[in-house]
Amino acid sequence: MSDAARRGRSGPPVIEPVHTYASVTDKISSIVLSRRTPLFWIVGFFLSFLLAMGLLVAVSYLFAKGLGIWGINQPVEWAFDIINFVWWIGIGHAGTLISAILLLLRQEWRTSINRFAEAMTLFAVACAGIFPIIHLGRPWLAYWLLPYPNTMALWPQWRSPLVWDVFAISTYATVSLLFWFVGMIPDLATLRDRARRKGFQIFYGMLAMGWRGSALHWHRYEMAYLLLAGLATPLVISVHTIVSFDFAVGITPGWHSTIFPPYFVAGAIYAGFAMVLLLSIPLRKVYGLEDFITMRHLQNMAKIMLATGLVVGYGYVMEAFFAWYSANPYETYMMTNRMRGPYAPVYWALMLCNIVAPQFLWFKRVRSTPLALWVIALIVSIGMWLERFVIIVVSLHRDFLPSSWGMYRPTGWDFTTFFGTIGLFLALLFLFIRFLPMISIFEMRTLVPDAKPLGKEAVPDDSVADHAEPA
Amino acid sequence: MRVEEERGRTWGLLAEFERPEELVAAAQRAREAGYRRMDAYTPFPIHGLSDAMGFRPTKLPLVVLAGGIIGGAAALGMMWYSATIHYPLNVAGKPFASWPMFIPITFELTVLCAALTAVFGMLGMNGLPMPYHPVFNAPRFAFASRDRFFLCVEATDPKFDIEMTRGFLSGLGAKEVVAVEE
Repeated sequence: MSDAARRGRSGPPVIEPVHTYASVTDKISSIVLSRRTPLFWIVGFFLSFLLAMGLLVAVSYLFAKGLGIWGINQPVEWAFDIINFVWWIGIGHAGTLISAILLLLRQEWRTSINRFAEAMTLFAVACAGIFPIIHLGRPWLAYWLLPYPNTMALWPQWRSPLVWDVFAISTYATVSLLFWFVGMIPDLATLRDRARRKGFQIFYGMLAMGWRGSALHWHRYEMAYLLLAGLATPLVISVHTIVSFDFAVGITPGWHSTIFPPYFVAGAIYAGFAMVLLLSIPLRKVYGLEDFITMRHLQNMAKIMLATGLVVGYGYVMEAFFAWYSANPYETYMMTNRMRGPYAPVYWALMLCNIVAPQFLWFKRVRSTPLALWVIALIVSIGMWLERFVIIVVSLHRDFLPSSWGMYRPTGWDFTTFFGTIGLFLALLFLFIRFLPMISIFEMRTLVPDAKPLGKEAVPDDSVADHAEPA
Repeated sequence: MRVEEERGRTWGLLAEFERPEELVAAAQRAREAGYRRMDAYTPFPIHGLSDAMGFRPTKLPLVVLAGGIIGGAAALGMMWYSATIHYPLNVAGKPFASWPMFIPITFELTVLCAALTAVFGMLGMNGLPMPYHPVFNAPRFAFASRDRFFLCVEATDPKFDIEMTRGFLSGLGAKEVVAVEE
């Protein structure tokens, strides 16, 4: 196959054609096993660990003093806690989309970014999961949300979206962990076989559980992986749908809307791909992974970001349209208040970040400039956070009776908690790229030019078998 | 007598190949030659190898289906029991068994149980975790997780004969054939 044919019509290849089974294996496993830890890692981990310690302080103080240390008040009972929760959960969704939906759609370019994106999902869900627990007035009773036999003869309220959330998030966290770990088993075996130091051999040996690449095992493994992808696909859609029910089932103006589920799911994918770009652009540079995470990946992610950004933009337009078309004074006022009320700058910043910024992605020049993509991804990430601020705070602070209107101002502890979760997320990611293979080695082997003639249904090559003697 | 001893110690014969197509062809020939107790070891899943080895389709999907049904039924049953029998709560005269509101949790627990079944079912059927396996004794076996493809005919195969099988495997184009110690 000629080089041009392999590249196809769509520009850069998904893996540079110089690679072989061995070079792919050695290059990815060397990041963990033999290469010196780069200065970038040491500084990055140190800084993010410091931020994560800030989270520890903020949460400890919260548990000691109570929710009064946050800026929440009577009309605005939900603020940073739920904004951050929805933001983090949304970011996680791109990982599942890349690993499950693109697998089912046979998009083989997903291979070099899926492991990394799955790790991102897992850590984002971990950060998200902190908020619903710490925002409880009595966080030590969080286990009351689970159905368990108790002497109070009490059950969770099955008709409440907040209880659905508990099941959706815990299922999502569990399935993401399983998917990530199962995908990693063969690579852990590779690391076990490559490791030179005793400690690493034992560490990876335990995790690999004795995987030996048996054909019979692969046979079942591929089926299990496919089934997990098939299960994760509706799951990821359901999770953000249920998160949107937290709002849509309520009657607050600006929340009670049927467009919420699709608009939240699109927003989640939008934010998630922004985060994948935000992380993968510096990583491919620092670790020299441009051969594996090529311009093709960046361009494809940019296109998905543009498409989901347009869906989100449609959501904003429809919200405004129906606020007017409903002829409901509360809905109309909600929209006027967003555009011209005390939080108007946040609303217009959101429009700038989420609708205007991605329009640059129409240009191929922008899509093929990593720095420009990184900046747009950063703007979109901020925009998605602002979107949740607008939905939650701006709807709550002026709902029905003007006598109960109020204002919300975040405190330093709100910010410490939020930035602390960013620190926790980054610290976990740094540990991941140091100790686990950040690119799926065994799937990359199937992409190298040597594996190409195999196709999907390999026909045994008779010229090889001709030498065989009848036994 | 000597042969008997060797049969006791040898777990199987491991043939090494450099390319996946060679392995698939070799597996096919070995199967045609009547070998049944054999396995291949590869760094990535190879399409067509399962057919060449004569594996039957795995039962895993059925097990996962059962796991999902059990999870969903248990979830719906739990909510129905608690809302109608154990602690019925009249909210604005709405029916106790308000099943549409039970769907989200039923769905989530269906997915959860099916996914757990898929993972633990796969690991269980594969016999993992398995701390020791004789095939790891082969000196070059570490390459099975890098860039080499192995076919192993196990000593328990009725047709297994250390010299004959060795000759047969070498004839398939194997780069090297080694005996795997028990």
